[in-house]
Amino acid sequence: MTHPIAPPPKKNPQIRTASPTSPPGMRSRASLGLSAAAAEGRFMLQTCADCGTVQYPARDACCNCLSVELPWKDVSPRGELLAETTIRTSTNLYFRGRGPWRTGSVRLDAGPMIIAHVHGDVAPRSRVKLLNRLDRSGQGVILAIPEERTPNMEDDPQLRAMTSDPKHRRVLITDGRNPNAPTLVKALQDAGASMIFVGESECWRPNPNRAEITAAGASILPLDVTDTASVRELAGEIGGKTDILINNARFVRPGGVLARGDTGFAHDEMEVNYLGLMRLAQAFGPGMCGRTSDGVNSAVAWVNILSAYALVNSADYGCFSASNAAAFSLSQNLRAEFRPAGLRVMNVFVGPTEDDWHQELPPPKVLPPAIARSVVQGLKDGLEDVYCGDVAKDMIERFRAGPKILEREMTTGGEG
Amino acid sequence: MSRSRQSYQGVALVSPVSVPYQRYSIETAHWWIARALKASLDGAGLRPRDIDGFSVASFTLFPDTAVGLTQHLGLCPRWLDHIPMGGASGVISLRKAARAVQAGDADIVACVSGDTNHIDSFRRMLSSFSRFAMDASYPYGYGGPNANFALLTDRYMHEYGATREDFGRICVAQRENALKSPGAVMKKPLTLDQYIAARPIADPIALFDCVMPCAGSEAFLVMTIDEAEKRGLPYAVISGAIERHNAHPQDPIQLRGGWTIDIDELYEMAGCTPGDIDLLQTYDDYPVISMMQMEDLGFCAKGEGPEFVRKTDLTLTGDLPHNTSGGQLSGGQAGAAGGFIGLVEAIRQVTGTAGGTQVENAHSAMVSGFGMINYDRGVCSSAAIIQGGNP
Repeated sequence: MTHPIAPPPKKNPQIRTASPTSPPGMRSRASLGLSAAAAEGRFMLQTCADCGTVQYPARDACCNCLSVELPWKDVSPRGELLAETTIRTSTNLYFRGRGPWRTGSVRLDAGPMIIAHVHGDVAPRSRVKLLNRLDRSGQGVILAIPEERTPNMEDDPQLRAMTSDPKHRRVLITDGRNPNAPTLVKALQDAGASMIFVGESECWRPNPNRAEITAAGASILPLDVTDTASVRELAGEIGGKTDILINNARFVRPGGVLARGDTGFAHDEMEVNYLGLMRLAQAFGPGMCGRTSDGVNSAVAWVNILSAYALVNSADYGCFSASNAAAFSLSQNLRAEFRPAGLRVMNVFVGPTEDDWHQELPPPKVLPPAIARSVVQGLKDGLEDVYCGDVAKDMIERFRAGPKILEREMTTGGEG
Repeated sequence: MSRSRQSYQGVALVSPVSVPYQRYSIETAHWWIARALKASLDGAGLRPRDIDGFSVASFTLFPDTAVGLTQHLGLCPRWLDHIPMGGASGVISLRKAARAVQAGDADIVACVSGDTNHIDSFRRMLSSFSRFAMDASYPYGYGGPNANFALLTDRYMHEYGATREDFGRICVAQRENALKSPGAVMKKPLTLDQYIAARPIADPIALFDCVMPCAGSEAFLVMTIDEAEKRGLPYAVISGAIERHNAHPQDPIQLRGGWTIDIDELYEMAGCTPGDIDLLQTYDDYPVISMMQMEDLGFCAKGEGPEFVRKTDLTLTGDLPHNTSGGQLSGGQAGAAGGFIGLVEAIRQVTGTAGGTQVENAHSAMVSGFGMINYDRGVCSSAAIIQGGNP
């Protein structure tokens, strides 16, 4: 049984903060399919289109029939642990700092043998379920866990090293005025976050969320993502204890280019949705990257709540879509820059939300609890890409089938 | 496949050389290979330009291969080979060189292996070992071969009831042999108690189950028997030799090697049985794989390895002298030279030139190789039976 992780003691400022280290992150191009699947928490393996052989490690040809048609497909994650070891010496600094490390050989029911990380609650030579998770190098790795849930299983150190679990961590939510803020606060409290900070712009203005946020035990602090000085000031204050940053700041107005006639709203959208993210990253990113090996409450994840229209422009919200596409692109750049430290960037793509600015759209629309669930589950699973709501899920499916076709669907829909 | 293999008749193995290993070296693989080559040529009274065939096995020559070595060492061979097969490379180098000599493609082939070991070079070599290891084994604790063999050992112990003591017997006997071998890196006696009490490395593997990475080199020459006799050199002959790659891919865990496919043919070629073998040199980067070779080469049935080592004296004066120079477990692992160490020692043994480790009446030796943990198992296996050529 996994021992529950105790809350970390107060940090001793005289002790050196451990430098970030990474497990080996080099992969062949074929193997990146595993990482792509892990980004969404899916267990997928190469499956030969011609003979159906499921194979692992990833190859460039089928080891049964030499076909080169090797799509990645969801396969059953069940198997049996046949052998195991506990590695007590490693020349890799990441594992040296975290050992001993349990690994094993799992025979997947679907066929191949997989060398996997092994959760502490797995009994020797037992049936296991496999998870495909991103490790701190940002690459997909496979972890064997017990078939049935065990108490506190999320606290297993090998599993926790691959997730962004909010338990015992300190979270900053950047926009306390967003209608989803109170629900996010509560969901993170329930997930065991030890402290929650919520940013609030223009504190002199009434904020209908304020009472609910403070009642839930979160602290409200001044933060205006359009103001560089404000962002830097808050980073100076709490940057050293921000383990998870959730950027829910958003400026949204309907309308495309011609519908608007000027660049006023577009300017605001870019200031909040794109440059706001950049300001936050420049102020909070370096500090968080320096604290990714800092024990139980190490810095672990950066969350962007984006519109699903970041993927493909929606004509009715054309300019807002463009600002989200810019933020999405910037998030990919942040992934590259955060990767050496192992700080994960998770994008939650959300369909149209139930609020005044989406009033003219038909349902389904996303309510705050759905966003909060997606954020917390995504953190617990250590994901990079989460699609929240039916519209976002539908869009990504169509996007994968053919981005150009989706573009035609999205941009001609308004004409009927 | 009904065609029978042709014999290796007419081929002589001469001038075996082991350049004493060092734990760390500031020199390069080129330097180590040059030293073994020179010593082997000196032993046969040859000059570099006398050889017309050259076969090399090494991991640390990068960015060079055998090609770069020809110019580096001033050789002008008409037959050149590079054997990237690690622990299986010795026997495979021998097989290819012997066929070249038989066919007249070369008259004298120098087979050389060597690697250096700088501080940190083992870690670097691991990191670029194979694509599957990079993709699917190193990210899982980065235990290197220790972790792979720990998994095999764990399963082997479970399937066949082997105990740590059983593996310890192999290591302790080899240490006893090593104490009589001036080149062995390990100089202190090892008891079974010390073996059992050793620091754990990757359970169930502990310190004395692991080889020590070293710098070193090994070499021998392949030529016609006529040539060897003309030069008055003691020589060994090849009774049979096999190799096999990626055998039994459907086995979930490697509990047998490629030898099992070809072993009957090997004994048939050699016209002998395991009972006729005077000494055995297995590839021993971990004792579990030596035990598996004892089974797969026919010295006992599958799963009876533990019982076999309990009742068999594996020391120089024992029932089946095994890894007579101390092997890699006591001699150190000098990279690809680990694929040569047993073969070179076997040539010394059957030619009566093994010095302190000489086994009495050593006429016939079995040498086996095993190499390249590409992902979860060793892919290459090889074996040869050689005999003393001089009456």
